[in-house]
Amino acid sequence: MPDSPKRRDFLGLTALWGVVIAMGTALAGVMRLPKPAVQPGPLRVFKLGDPAQFAVGSTTRVETGGFFLFREEQGFHAISSVCTHLGCVVAHNEGEGFACPCHGSRFSTDGSVIGGPAPAALPWLEIVLSPDGQLQVNAESAVPKGSRFKV
Amino acid sequence: MTPIQEFLENLKQTPRHIRESAMRNGKAPETDRERSQSTLHNLFLHMQSVRTDRRSLRFAYTFGLGLILTASFVVLTITGILLMVYYKPGVELAYNSVKDIHFVVPAGRFIRNIHRWSAHLMVLAVFLHMARVFYTGSYKRPREFNWLIGLALLVFTLGLSFTGYLLPWDQLAYWAVTIGANIASSPREVTDAIGITAWFDPGGFQKQLLLGANYVGQESLIRFYVLHVAVLPLLISAFMGLHFWRVRKDGGLSRDESKPAPPARIGDRDLEVFAPTKTYGLMAVVRGRTPVVGRSPEGSVSSWPNLMWAELAAFMFTIAVTLVLSYFFDAPLKEMANPAIPENPAKAPWYFLGLQELVSYSAFMGGVGIPSIVLIGLGLIPYLDRDPRGVGIWFGGPAGRRTFWQSLAYGLTSVIALLAVTVNFGWLRTWFPTIPQIAIIILNPATVIVAMFSAWSLWVLRRTGSIRMSAVALFTCFLAGFVVLTAMGSIFRGPNWHFYWWPSQWPTH
Repeated sequence: MPDSPKRRDFLGLTALWGVVIAMGTALAGVMRLPKPAVQPGPLRVFKLGDPAQFAVGSTTRVETGGFFLFREEQGFHAISSVCTHLGCVVAHNEGEGFACPCHGSRFSTDGSVIGGPAPAALPWLEIVLSPDGQLQVNAESAVPKGSRFKV
Repeated sequence: MTPIQEFLENLKQTPRHIRESAMRNGKAPETDRERSQSTLHNLFLHMQSVRTDRRSLRFAYTFGLGLILTASFVVLTITGILLMVYYKPGVELAYNSVKDIHFVVPAGRFIRNIHRWSAHLMVLAVFLHMARVFYTGSYKRPREFNWLIGLALLVFTLGLSFTGYLLPWDQLAYWAVTIGANIASSPREVTDAIGITAWFDPGGFQKQLLLGANYVGQESLIRFYVLHVAVLPLLISAFMGLHFWRVRKDGGLSRDESKPAPPARIGDRDLEVFAPTKTYGLMAVVRGRTPVVGRSPEGSVSSWPNLMWAELAAFMFTIAVTLVLSYFFDAPLKEMANPAIPENPAKAPWYFLGLQELVSYSAFMGGVGIPSIVLIGLGLIPYLDRDPRGVGIWFGGPAGRRTFWQSLAYGLTSVIALLAVTVNFGWLRTWFPTIPQIAIIILNPATVIVAMFSAWSLWVLRRTGSIRMSAVALFTCFLAGFVVLTAMGSIFRGPNWHFYWWPSQWPTH
């Protein structure tokens, strides 16, 4: 067997690779640290008070929640104001839709993309009535476009 | 001499003895041997060679850009440490602590201005330095790897700038973190478009790593702070050391080795030649009796003091420029971060506005795809262009100069024409509103620019048959593109990222 490695070479290589593997594993273990195990963050469910205080045809901007609340004949709906492109806050222009100040994305009144770089429509958010009779919007939970909440 | 006299005499001489013992080479050097020793025997100078080629000292060859970079990094380190004394990395505290530095801390405003202006100078110089090294062919063998280290330094410099302007936690900072984190998560655009995000989500992972949370807040600020004051400075220092060391080991600054060095002037003290008289073979440094170094000793001058003067001049220039700018122009501080409303338009500092323009076509392509392509392309240049000719000559000669001007004209016109089309007629989504996102990711103005540049470079390759010329063409096109896009983002974009000829045309509200 002319090509078989010498015993000393074999032991040396084994030791070398043992060190490499140990260092790699240790590094992987250490690098677990920056990946957060819990995601700290504020509660993203917002109580907006008595549904009756929102007039039919009104638009309310909820700054802390990052969404717009619309009241129309058919009921309530909430559309996120966080641009799907890179997370800026869009402005609402009555009758025209939404426009993003950062990179020029534009959305129609129902949130669909009509221009600019945004990859997806603005999501519609879930609305329920809380047990104490308040309108409650969950900004983490999207619902299909066109679903409205009737009181 | 009585013991007391000896004691008094020693006491009198103590300052001189301390000076002599501190400097291994006590007095000002007078001969070439002493000049070389003053380089060799000094920790801070021994990184330099004893002799410097005359051509390396020519201002029009380097413009001192590498030295300006080093000098601005030193200035940034010192002023940065001073700012750390007062800065508090907390979302509630950061803004007010920066305000304190600006208005209350003694000399705080000046120090902060210097920090800001030398950072801008460093970014500008890093681009110019790269262009200088490229156009003089200095990336060629044996300097290929140092080109790669230089690219890493470019990335670290931009990383330091980005993490730096987040720290005041003003409107610029908050929205830059938001946009930056979302660019990090923009691979989701692709994984969403092909529907695999649930199983494979590199974008989400990167965003989580950067922000440390699902939203931009305290966890994010402290992460960017650690990156800015510890991780990136350590990395960039290590790589700078490596970069300098390779400059030395790869034979000093590049020069045209095909021609002998220009002869020394008559009457120059350096005319006396430092010819090696001892046998280097004894030190097992080289085989044979004489070293290869100093093939043309008459073309070189001793580094002390010639190179020292050049280096001091570059340092003085850097410091003078930053001081003057800092005296007249204050570093900006916008309103405190407001997560509810971004500024309109929300603009990054100038060096990222080209990227912001690209990102306004597609987040993934502009923020991740094209920058990666450009970096990989730049890194491959020295390995694809192996032709050793033309090192140390600007543009490699008249043919390269011609290619440069032609490519500059092509790059400028093609990008301006494309931007004109985009501004006037919109892009795919304007024409086909229901077009799938993946089509826009693949075909948008940013990718069209890359395609146009590559086509031009291939055409130059076919026409001239020279890889070097085609590299000059491509690099020049990207330089032109960078300039046009940066100008577009900084001057011609207004509220809602609409096109305006002049900021005075911006609508009021």
